[in-house]
Amino acid sequence: MTQSMPALAAPVYSDRVVRNFVLASVLWGVVGMLVGVVIAAQLTWPELNFGISWFSYGRLRPLHTNAVIFAFGGCALFASSYYVVQRTCQVSLFAEKLAMFTFWGWQAVIVAAAISLPMGYTQGKEYAELEWPIDILITIVWVAYAVVFFGTIGIRKVRHIYVANWFFGAYILAIALLHIVNSAAIPAGFMKSYSAYAGVQDAMVQWWYGHNAVGFLLTAGFLGMMYYFIPKQAERPVYSYRLSIVHFWALIFTYMWAGPHHLHYTALPDWAQSVGMVFSLVLLAPSWGGMINGVMTLSGAWHKLRDDPILKFLIVALSFYGMATFEGPMMSVKTVNALSHYTDWTIGHVHAGALGWVGLITMGSLYYMVPRMFGQTKMYSVRAIELHFWVSTVGIVLYIAAMWIAGVMQGLMWRAVNPDGTLVYSFVESVKATFPFYVVRLVGGLLYLGGMLIMSWNVVKTALNGRVVSAPIPLPVMA
Amino acid sequence: MESLYLLLPLSVLLVLALIGVFGWAVNAGQFDDLEREGWRVLEEGSNTAGPTRTPFDPDQT
Repeated sequence: MTQSMPALAAPVYSDRVVRNFVLASVLWGVVGMLVGVVIAAQLTWPELNFGISWFSYGRLRPLHTNAVIFAFGGCALFASSYYVVQRTCQVSLFAEKLAMFTFWGWQAVIVAAAISLPMGYTQGKEYAELEWPIDILITIVWVAYAVVFFGTIGIRKVRHIYVANWFFGAYILAIALLHIVNSAAIPAGFMKSYSAYAGVQDAMVQWWYGHNAVGFLLTAGFLGMMYYFIPKQAERPVYSYRLSIVHFWALIFTYMWAGPHHLHYTALPDWAQSVGMVFSLVLLAPSWGGMINGVMTLSGAWHKLRDDPILKFLIVALSFYGMATFEGPMMSVKTVNALSHYTDWTIGHVHAGALGWVGLITMGSLYYMVPRMFGQTKMYSVRAIELHFWVSTVGIVLYIAAMWIAGVMQGLMWRAVNPDGTLVYSFVESVKATFPFYVVRLVGGLLYLGGMLIMSWNVVKTALNGRVVSAPIPLPVMA
Repeated sequence: MESLYLLLPLSVLLVLALIGVFGWAVNAGQFDDLEREGWRVLEEGSNTAGPTRTPFDPDQT
């Protein structure tokens, strides 16, 4: 070999931490969705609890939500934000070692959750179940994440901060604020604590957190993915970059106020419920603006949607985003909420967003990153991506259609009264009537899990056929 | 409703902070040439000089 070596090794992006998070996301996706299928089966046939405390629905349900949101979705957000911020700023990560700490720290949080939740340790706050020692670890990891992300923005070589980074940045800061305020608790021994708030105050803080976790983690973070990976995969710029800026500012100015719609017809003051409802309705505008902006990026290149299964994932994810962000404001209207609240309609709505929007945009983004993490130009099997897309989409449709019908039916049965004022149906009659829909939901969930298994096979094959690489940073061009 | 006495000021402070960040972004020229920025992500990764790329000078912000 007489090939001359360059005087200096070409600088490369910090892709090791991205690769780790990508693989972790796929693994936790399989685990989280498997637990989801198990609890769907337990709701259909309660015998499947087997009388084992740690295997019972009440313990596994928070494990499912934490695993899919914070392990599958969280790892995908770490991976994509680290990937995107480096490429759009044209620098490697600030404090690379700290970035690796966020990886191992976050895995420690996930493992701690997977052990403590089945054992029954919980703060009893939805999506914030983890007890105070784990909460402290989350805080440390999250501060490190913020240092790495904003540090990278700080040393950027491109003056403009690309819109995806604004969304990622907002999600990182908002989650820090939400986590600290909502998880404030007085420890009462190891793995036991009492919330710093009480009664309806606690409920309000919880749903301020809960709704904004949806708004900033499950929406803003994944919109960051959307604004980078759709243009890259479609090889076209965002339909209107101007609209993407408006989308960002409109979304973050209005989201913080929508939480009270989770507490309609409760002890929360009526005016606070109405404020929540109005802001939820206002949110329809920026949400749909963003959705249209993403979909129209394909304007003039619609044929790409026919041939490219990764684009199918990304664009269909946006259509579910549009559906869920239309349905959400409607359900926040008090009169609609009187019918929908506490029914399986809510579960259907959440999964339209979670399976349709968050799941599909994540899978599309992972399919984009995986080959690039292993020195390949495409996934091992493109046909398997296509199969995954169709299996998942059919699964989602079965899931949400079953829950819509079940939810509306439950709402109508619960409110039906005889002329003498007594209830027409007992509660258990509505449970019995829901059984067939629970079976359909389980089938939908199985299909979605099956798609994830196809993906993990494809990722493993791609990784084994490739080699571990870090992409070079393009040299700055002097004007 | 004591929790609103926490959440309302927190949200108002947040909005004020956001207005501040928005003001910085406008003044720092983040939104000066939005047409160009949409194209830039498509050019990264290639070492060829796009007509749109300018070196970043931290002193100018």
